[in-house]
Amino acid sequence: MKLHFSRALVVTAALLWTASIATAANITGAGATFPYPVYAKWADMYNKETGIRLNYQSIGSGGGIKQIKAGTVDFGASDKPLTVEELEKDGLTQFPTVLGGVVPITNLEGIEAGQIKLTGKILADIFLGKIRRWNDSSIVALNEGIILPTSNIAIVHRADGSGTTFLFTDYLSKVSPEWKAKVGAATSVAWPMGTGGKGNEGVANFVKQIKNSIGYVEAAYVKQNKLNFVQLQNLAGNYVLPTEESFRASAVNAEWDEASGFYEILTNKPGPDSWPITGATFVLMHKSQDKPVHAMHVLKFFEWVYAHGNHAALELDYIPLPGNLVALIKASWEANIKGKDGRAIYTANE
Amino acid sequence: MSKIISIAKLRKQQLLDQLFQKITWFFTVLVLVLLITLIGSLVVGGMPTIKAFGFGFLISSEWNPVTEKFGALVPIVGTLVTAIIALSIGIPVSFGIALFLTELSPLWLRRPFGTAIELLAGIPSIIYGMWGLFVFAPFFASTVQPWLWDTFGELSGIGFLFEGAFMGIGVLTAGIILAIMVIPFIAAVMRDVFEIVPSMLKESAYAFGATTWEVIWNVVLPYAKTGVIGGIMLGLGRALGETMAVTFVIGNAHQLHASLFMPGNSIASALANEFAEADGELYTSALIELGLILFFITFVVLACSKILLLQLKKREGATT
Repeated sequence: MKLHFSRALVVTAALLWTASIATAANITGAGATFPYPVYAKWADMYNKETGIRLNYQSIGSGGGIKQIKAGTVDFGASDKPLTVEELEKDGLTQFPTVLGGVVPITNLEGIEAGQIKLTGKILADIFLGKIRRWNDSSIVALNEGIILPTSNIAIVHRADGSGTTFLFTDYLSKVSPEWKAKVGAATSVAWPMGTGGKGNEGVANFVKQIKNSIGYVEAAYVKQNKLNFVQLQNLAGNYVLPTEESFRASAVNAEWDEASGFYEILTNKPGPDSWPITGATFVLMHKSQDKPVHAMHVLKFFEWVYAHGNHAALELDYIPLPGNLVALIKASWEANIKGKDGRAIYTANE
Repeated sequence: MSKIISIAKLRKQQLLDQLFQKITWFFTVLVLVLLITLIGSLVVGGMPTIKAFGFGFLISSEWNPVTEKFGALVPIVGTLVTAIIALSIGIPVSFGIALFLTELSPLWLRRPFGTAIELLAGIPSIIYGMWGLFVFAPFFASTVQPWLWDTFGELSGIGFLFEGAFMGIGVLTAGIILAIMVIPFIAAVMRDVFEIVPSMLKESAYAFGATTWEVIWNVVLPYAKTGVIGGIMLGLGRALGETMAVTFVIGNAHQLHASLFMPGNSIASALANEFAEADGELYTSALIELGLILFFITFVVLACSKILLLQLKKREGATT
């Protein structure tokens, strides 16, 4: 009996021991749903390579910000960057991880993908309800030779709060003063009109089903669902198609600044080839770390991501960050993320 | 000899009895405590909006997360209207199903039909939502909506209910999907209560020369009314609180329209959509207060059904 008991004790101790090792090698993150597919893919690849497990919960950007403020996760993730003041208030630092684009999609009979040209102003007027028909003179003027339907434009937007909506409305606010005054930019807004779909899938499905509709989704969904996208006029005045190159162009043409916590919304950026509605997704971490080991694992993970994750990102229609930006991010880790003893957790040369 | 129970054993059993009683008492109280803490936390969570907007929250149709102005009118109306549509379709159909299964159907058909209805009740709501969006909505837009418009659109008085583009999604679609979802519940309960009506009562009525309809209306229904109302309330409860299926097809727009073809919103689907990304104290609080309102609506509905039952009981015997 006694022997049994002591054996059980040994087994329990061993179990506890392995459990504690496992938790030491587990990093946790929560937040934005937009990068979830690529984070999951990276986590899987990284786990196979190093044995370190990343547990990422895609609870939404708002949730991610709440969780990192409460300190329940090692990193939070948000599609909407926090301003320097917001970061300072909670002792946080942020950096971008990957890029994506938002694309207006349409369902118009007899019109091919990428055939219709729109300007930001027209897009804003459509979503404001000021332009109600597809054969409105302003749309017709841009699209000579294309026969546009006479019917009403059915508007589809996101029903749930989302970083996609934030980017889209931020763009509309930049190109239309009226949009800025009446609606504004946020993860969810008071839409003047239209139908709300849940998630990118919901919007994509509504647009597919409702004739003469227009909506907006993340770039990845356009390809997957074979949706009809439009050409948009960018800041330089050129009409561009939503492609990998045009998304990347707006990131290259942004002025990334480490001092502002990389606060940069990639909408309406200069550059002849820039797609006007692009955005980065961000990771939030505490500047002063109680658990330096965890923080180090998180940074190591993202270091690995920047070095080896590009291919996987492209496969899933995300755009990797440009190289010069990655160097800036690594420098910001070294400068900002410190243990309780004030020593940097990450050094770039390690 | 062995049949004599010793005093010690008796005492032990008494103790066990008491213990058992205490445990069951504890379980019951636990539910009450849960209910009260739940309401409490909803009230506390909703306090910021209750303070900020007061009673105006209930009658304002504005819902603007950017300017942080919130009003619950659109989701409240959406919740009630979809539930009313669901019940006005669901009750007659369920009544018919239950009657057929208990009174009219050949015996060999009862079991397979009954099982099919119970199976329908077990389908998760997200399946109804997806089916509604992918299968029902396109059919509805191409066939039913044009027909409804052609038939009723020109009639003054109700024509305004069927205005707007034929999108296939909107308040009416949500109501119909809800009806399909509540029918198995109501029908199953109605069938069960119809079955327990003593055959002697029915046979006596038949012996007096009553028709099938008269038997059903004057004997079966009065006997089973408590259960019937209970079943309807069960269905209503499901219709009010249903989230996923409604979210898929209601259109999720915070706008008030008279037309049933237009998109709307319900309390449960607004919560499901917006909670994850709600930032700012007031936004979260507005959503929590919506939850409180749904709680209140459900409570009122339940209370009304109890009062209705009491009234019915009082009148018992008076009309015959």
